[in-house]
Amino acid sequence: MLKILKYSFFDLIRSRWSYVYLLFYLLLGCVLLFLNNDLSKAIITLMNVIIILVPLIGTIFGVMYYYNSKEFTELLLAQPIKRSSIFIGQYLGVALSLSMSLVIGLGIPFALYGLFQSNEIWDFVLLLVTGTFLTLIFTALAFNIALYNENKIKGFSYSILLWLFMAVIYDGLFLMSLIAFQSYPLDSFSIGATMFNPIDLSRILILLKLDISALLGYTGAVFQKFFGTGFGLFISIGALSLWVILPVYNIYRKCRKKDF
Amino acid sequence: MQIMMDKLLKLLYCTLILFSVQGVAQTVEVCNTCEINSLKEAIQMAVAGDTILIKKGTYKEYNIVVDKPLTIKGENYPIIDGEDKGEIIRVTSDHVTIDGLFIINVGTSYTSDHAAIRVVRSEHFLIQNVVLEQLFFGIYIEKSSNGIIYHNKIIGDAQDEYNSGNGIQLWYSKNVLVERNIVQKVRDGIYLEFSDNIIINENTSTNNLRYGLHFMFSNDDLYTNNLFENNGAGVAVMFSKRIKMHHNTFRKNWGSAAFGLLLKEINDAEIKNNVFEENTVGINIEGSNRIVYANNDFISNGYAVKVLGACYANTFEKNNFLYNSFDLSYNSKINDNVFKDNYWSSYTGYDLDRNGIGDVPYRPVKLFSYVVNKTPETIILMRSLFIDIIDFSEKVSPVFTPDNLVDMTPQIKRYE
Repeated sequence: MLKILKYSFFDLIRSRWSYVYLLFYLLLGCVLLFLNNDLSKAIITLMNVIIILVPLIGTIFGVMYYYNSKEFTELLLAQPIKRSSIFIGQYLGVALSLSMSLVIGLGIPFALYGLFQSNEIWDFVLLLVTGTFLTLIFTALAFNIALYNENKIKGFSYSILLWLFMAVIYDGLFLMSLIAFQSYPLDSFSIGATMFNPIDLSRILILLKLDISALLGYTGAVFQKFFGTGFGLFISIGALSLWVILPVYNIYRKCRKKDF
Repeated sequence: MQIMMDKLLKLLYCTLILFSVQGVAQTVEVCNTCEINSLKEAIQMAVAGDTILIKKGTYKEYNIVVDKPLTIKGENYPIIDGEDKGEIIRVTSDHVTIDGLFIINVGTSYTSDHAAIRVVRSEHFLIQNVVLEQLFFGIYIEKSSNGIIYHNKIIGDAQDEYNSGNGIQLWYSKNVLVERNIVQKVRDGIYLEFSDNIIINENTSTNNLRYGLHFMFSNDDLYTNNLFENNGAGVAVMFSKRIKMHHNTFRKNWGSAAFGLLLKEINDAEIKNNVFEENTVGINIEGSNRIVYANNDFISNGYAVKVLGACYANTFEKNNFLYNSFDLSYNSKINDNVFKDNYWSSYTGYDLDRNGIGDVPYRPVKLFSYVVNKTPETIILMRSLFIDIIDFSEKVSPVFTPDNLVDMTPQIKRYE
């Protein structure tokens, strides 16, 4: 598995798209810091970019990579290698190279700007951690979609749809259901509903850091407990990990049974 | 001529009398081993104008009544211990000075407001350098005017609102100066009821159960350069007129019903040059009219300004709104307030003619703040892309938020 991981990883590292992705983050970080002259404001803007863009890139890249390397995969399948190590290896190759572009691309400008001397370092670390989680989650979901769909066009449209659903539509439905049932107690429901969407989860995680004073304005024991203590952070990170583990397990399960 | 002479003579007599009084004014010393070893005794012995000097030591006394003009001065902070039995010092005479005492253990009562120092129907009092601990009420000024409360330290240990008192309380008092006091952990740090022309300056009121400073039915007061931090609900100004609030700092008032500043039924006030930082709500406004908000800094609050109910003819100008989750929240569609020349950190417009004023007007009320007002749980969707989209569409064509609520002249650079 490690060999395949290494192969995929270096294959991607050498590819043009990784560089473009890395350069994009480098540029974004530089421009934000240059325009804002303020770390905390730049981090807020970055958060908005990351929770939308990282899942999009993750899904598209994952699906694309799977379909592109299909012939090579079939060649590998003819060899005496465990199926799971082929697919998990490929998945990790994509996910890790994407995460690395993100971390390095954003890390360099912020480190140069003097992040290590500022108080915002934990906010920034949290940002990178959620970014990495989102890459892992959405690449895994993309691999799942690709494994279930032989048809490229179908696979691509499903993955775009998945992103659109998680990033926009889910929150719309969420908001509507909250307004529709506003006469009922909704604290537990609303916290539960965020757990089912990794983008919402990452958003909450960063909200905990940035907008805590506004969130505490809401009177509700459940919210108070969730946002006011380390409990929220703990649960969110746990749920994000679950969001990585379950799709990866499904790749493992699916690839063992699949006919090629 | 005769009348002139009479007047002159009278003046002369007056000065003579004054001098003679001063001449015989004596110092009565009190210490644990002296002939006079209690404050009560010393007050009985003293005549008007005397100074009572209390040496270092512990004096277990309560219900001390100061009924003549005296100066009571402590040397190295002598301890007056009330042993939780009731009120400790009651001043019922004009021209009384209390200086440098350490008063502890005021009795708690559910029927009367026991205070460490209570001034009743007296004028020209001066209370300074007093330290109060384990108290119920601290300094209680009742129907007394023209006094000074200067440089005292009041440290309470209040647990519940119902069985704790206020640090400094003014009731039906006028022309009092409250300066450089430190008040901590009581119910209300400083409380004013029916008190006019009060000046509150350079005080620090922190960690109080309810409000740092609380006005009720008090008019024409001024408070400047105070710090209010981590109080149950910040500062409350209610049912008062013509209050001036300048150069104060309101910080870290967090919680479900916490505000930096709460205004309720306030008219013609001035709120200038204050700093509101990291409060759940910077200013909460209800039914307040003709107020000028100028040159304030609102930094990292949940809501910078929350407007509830009917508020008319208020002006917000030249303020900095920096990184607040919501700059402004309204619960109605009607707006009669003016917003101009403010700096908004979330302003995204441009300035093509380079005159320092943004070319596109700014709308400080977001649709999302309206939604959150209706359904508080939706706060969990803050900063979601979907919310940004509906906020944007509302910005383009306002439906739910007041359409005339705009800052036509948003600043490009923040005010320093």
